[in-house]
Formats: sequence, C-alpha cells, structure tokens
Amino acid sequence: MKRAGFTARWLPILLLMPQLVIIAVFFYWPAAHAVQSSFFLQDPFGFGSTFVGLDNYKDLAGNGEYLSIAWFTVIFTVLVTFLSLSIALLLAVKADNVLRGAKTYRTLLMWVYAVAPPVAGFIGLIMFHQSWGPLTELARSIGWDFKLGVNFNDTATAMVIVSVWKQVPVNFIFFLSGLQSIPKSVREAALIDNRSASGRFWDVTFPLLAPTGFFLLITNITYSLFDTFGVIDTMVKGEPGNNPMTLVYKVYVDGFRGNDLGGSSAQSVVLMVLVLALTVFQFRLVERRIHYT
Amino acid sequence: MTEANAGVIDHAASHTPPRKRRIRWGAIGDHAVLIVGSLFMMLPLLMVLQMTTVPDVEVIKTGPSLTIGHQLPENFDKAMFQASGFSGQNTGLNMLKNSFILGIGFALGKILIGMMAAYAIVYFRMRFATLAFWVIFTTLLLPLEVRILPSYEVVQKLGMLNTYQGLIIPLIASATATFFFRQFFRSVPEELVEAARIDGAGPVKFFIDILVPLSRTMIAAMFIIMFVYGWNQYLWPTMITTEEDMFTLVRGIKQITQVLEGNRIPEYGRANLLAIIAIIPPVMVVIFFQSWFVKGLTESDK
Repeated sequence: MKRAGFTARWLPILLLMPQLVIIAVFFYWPAAHAVQSSFFLQDPFGFGSTFVGLDNYKDLAGNGEYLSIAWFTVIFTVLVTFLSLSIALLLAVKADNVLRGAKTYRTLLMWVYAVAPPVAGFIGLIMFHQSWGPLTELARSIGWDFKLGVNFNDTATAMVIVSVWKQVPVNFIFFLSGLQSIPKSVREAALIDNRSASGRFWDVTFPLLAPTGFFLLITNITYSLFDTFGVIDTMVKGEPGNNPMTLVYKVYVDGFRGNDLGGSSAQSVVLMVLVLALTVFQFRLVERRIHYT
Repeated sequence: MTEANAGVIDHAASHTPPRKRRIRWGAIGDHAVLIVGSLFMMLPLLMVLQMTTVPDVEVIKTGPSLTIGHQLPENFDKAMFQASGFSGQNTGLNMLKNSFILGIGFALGKILIGMMAAYAIVYFRMRFATLAFWVIFTTLLLPLEVRILPSYEVVQKLGMLNTYQGLIIPLIASATATFFFRQFFRSVPEELVEAARIDGAGPVKFFIDILVPLSRTMIAAMFIIMFVYGWNQYLWPTMITTEEDMFTLVRGIKQITQVLEGNRIPEYGRANLLAIIAIIPPVMVVIFFQSWFVKGLTESDK
C-alpha cells in the first residue's frame, strides 16, 4: 500500500467487489465443492450420495491404472520440461550472439507461442500421419515403424514432441530477455578472464540466468501437467483407449465421461495439493536462495 | 529452406573476399543452429499451409508436397461458409466470431476487474486489505483445470451453459491481471498521488485522469497476453458449449479432426484451413506488438 493512500470508505469496497464476487462464485465455491465431494460416493443414477470418508483416496492409491498414469505423467513432465528448456536456452544463447538477423530469428522462433495447444495437436496429427506424415517418413527412414495412436510409446513420443514444439517459444522469450539484461560490463569482464566461449557460458552466463531458469522450471512443470490437455485430447482424437494420458486428462475422463464424481474430485484434490506444493517450493527456493542481483 | 541456406552462404561469402578476412566459424555455427530452430518452428505451419492449396484427393495420396495448387479459394469458401455439423451453425465465420468474442471479452473483463481491484489494494487504507489481498492471490495457485468439474456444476446451476457469460466470466476468476497491475501501481512514484491530493483530485479523478493514462503500455501488453490466452482456451469451452453455434475455432478443432476420420473423403482442405484461421489472429497480434508483448510477459510473471 502507498503511504499517501486515499481514505474513502466505500469506494475501495466497491472497486474490489466485482473481483471478489467472481472468485467467490467461480473459484472458492467450486474448490470447496471438489474437496467436499471427494469424501462422498456419488450414486451413478443421481440418487444422492453417501459419505465414504477417505475411501476415494484409498481407491486411488490402490488403483494400478491410476498409478501407471501418474508415473507416465512424471516421465512426460520431465521430458517436456527438460527438452523445451534446453532447446530454448540453446536458441536464446545463439540469438543473443548473432548481430545480423537477430530480430528475424526472434520473430520466427516465437510465433508458435500464440498457437493453441489443441491446434498444435492437430498439426501433430498431420506431421505424424500414418501414410504420408513427414515425421513418420523421417522415422521410417531410420528404420522406426512409427504408429501414432496404435503403439503406446510412439504416441507418447509424438505427444512429447508436439508439447515441446509448443513450449519452446515462451522459454526462448524469457531466456533471451534474461540474457539481454546481463550488464555489458559483466560480459566484458568475463571475456577478459575466460577465453573459451563454453567456459564463459557455464561460469558466468548460466548462473546469472538461474533465477529465470527456476521460474521457468516451475512454469514448464505446470504447463506439462495442465496445459498439454489440448495436445493430448486432439492427438488421441477424444478416444483415450490404451493411449497415454496425463493426470489432468484422467480427471476429465473419469468425471465428465465416466460420471465418477467422487473419484474424479479426489483426483482434483490430489492435483491441487501437488500445485500448492510446487508453488510453495517455488517461493521458498526462488525468493530466498537464488538471488544474485 | 533454400532461402535460408542461401543466407548462410551469403553470410560466409561476405567474410572472405575482397580482403582475406578469416571466416568466423563461430558465427556460422550460431546461424546454423538458429536456422535449424526456425525451420523446426516454421515448417509444420508451411506444410499445413501448402496442403490448403491442393485438392483433397491429392492430399490423401501424397500428403504435403512442394506443389502450390489453386484450391485455396474453394477451400476458403468451404471452411468459412459451409458447416460440417448437423445444425449447420458451425461455419468457420461463426466460430471466428465466437473466438473474437471470447478473446476480446476475456481480455477486457480481466483488465477492467484487475485494474479496479489492484487500485483498491494499492491506493486505499482499508481494514481488511491484507485479507482481501490473500483471498484474491490464492487464486493464482490453482489453475482452472484442477477444479474443472465443480466449476462446470456451478455454471450449470446458474443456468449459464452455452452462453457467452458462462464462457467468459469463470475464466476471469483468477488474479493474474490483478497481480500484474498491483506490481505496476506499486512502481508508480508516491509523489504523484501526493501531488494529486494537494491539487484536490479525488480518488476517482486520480484513477481516470492520471493512473489509467500512465498505464497505457501496461494495459496494451496485458491485452495482448490475455487476448491470446482467451482465444486459445480449449478445455473450458469444450465443457461449457455443447451447441454448435457457440463453438469457438479452438473448441471446434476436435470436430474438425473427427471429420478426417469419416467414411467420406476426408476434407483436409477445410480442416487445415480452419486450423490456419485459428492460428492467424493471435499470431498476428503477438508478432505485430512484439515489444509490448515481450515486455508484458517478462514483467508480469516475475
């Protein structure tokens, strides 16, 4: 708050009202409802519900399918996060180096930011088309008989590639702006101290980028967990079957298609706890320990 | 591809003659990496674009190729003015209209509500200021995806399924814009509000005549980010809109994909062109307002 604030009584309440009403109705009410219904078993025909305590959670922990989806989600998240961060970092470092055409490269590399995940999934379907998809043909040329939607690992690979393609631009923008904010004097000092470019990168540039990197790490994990929904939904063509899926997709499939409200709510609550943990981790680590400026 | 390669060769050539300067291999390596990266980003779009210009029969046989056909006008007509669903309502034009309503409505709503709340939090002495702050900023922690089903039930109870309100308002229920404007307002010099008070300006006048004009760049940046975010929404519109005349382009993409599975000749021309149309507006906004957009993005999330 500003020291010299206004002291009107009703105006600030009036100003806050729209925001508070909207989040009360569309945030707190649903969130509370999710927590509440995770303790109930919903009658499949809609004749009320019975309190079952922690049963929905116990079911989840003992459910082999759920655990394997959770495991897939972990691998998927690690792959997407690692690949999109490292590709973006490489490109940002190069784009920061070049003198000519830097702006053109920046434009070419960042436009995909604006592509919606399901549209990216659609483009993925075209690229991995069974009979003439360019990437299918590329895989075949190295002896990999790529079968999207049939082979579990192939479908998962395609999902990772599409998700990375969609996520590289935003990481690139952040890394580039991080690199450009490194003071010229620091760069020149490093240039005198260390003649090798890779040595300079790991000793000076990389640590200076760490705050940006940690911020992006959390953003990318959140992206892989939640925003890839559209990619997955288009790539499995709305028919999950035996295709790979992430936890968020499972919430949707169970709750919206399978009408298992209690189980789906329990899954939602698990995800909420996961996100809360991530955010707390982010605040503690990023705010306290990695601070160079 | 050939153009890009030519670029490298030009660049290399310009360094050799006339005086025997050393070729800077490092720079060439940098350009090579960037060109490969740009191709990785650009080629998929160019292939989809090429496929909209040739007849569907040709696409089914060969997929993307190097020929540029003459089918674009017909495909455009099909994509924009003919419906693929049962109701005849989901023409490309109609979906485009819905996408614009969602994108612009979401961005404007978010900015308006966020600015008002941020102004109240930063510039007023209130008894419950801290509480209000926490109530609002907790919403940053939980994305819509994890509370999707109960949110759907709430909207259903309020009778807002298949309406623009039901589509837009629940998406506004997070504090990203509020947080962004709070950060910005805090960086506005203290003297400004003191001066305004000495001159006898009330809180409303200060907000409209001083703070809003001062935030113009920030508002523009926020508008771009929020427009793209709203336009690209998928899960929420998929659940809330079941009537075809309410579909947005991004929501319609699943149906577009399913058309490719039918028994008839898959309509690749229409599908690909609709995907392109769904991409163009947000991409144009991001490219044309690049500097604002980058500024808004890198400053809001830190």
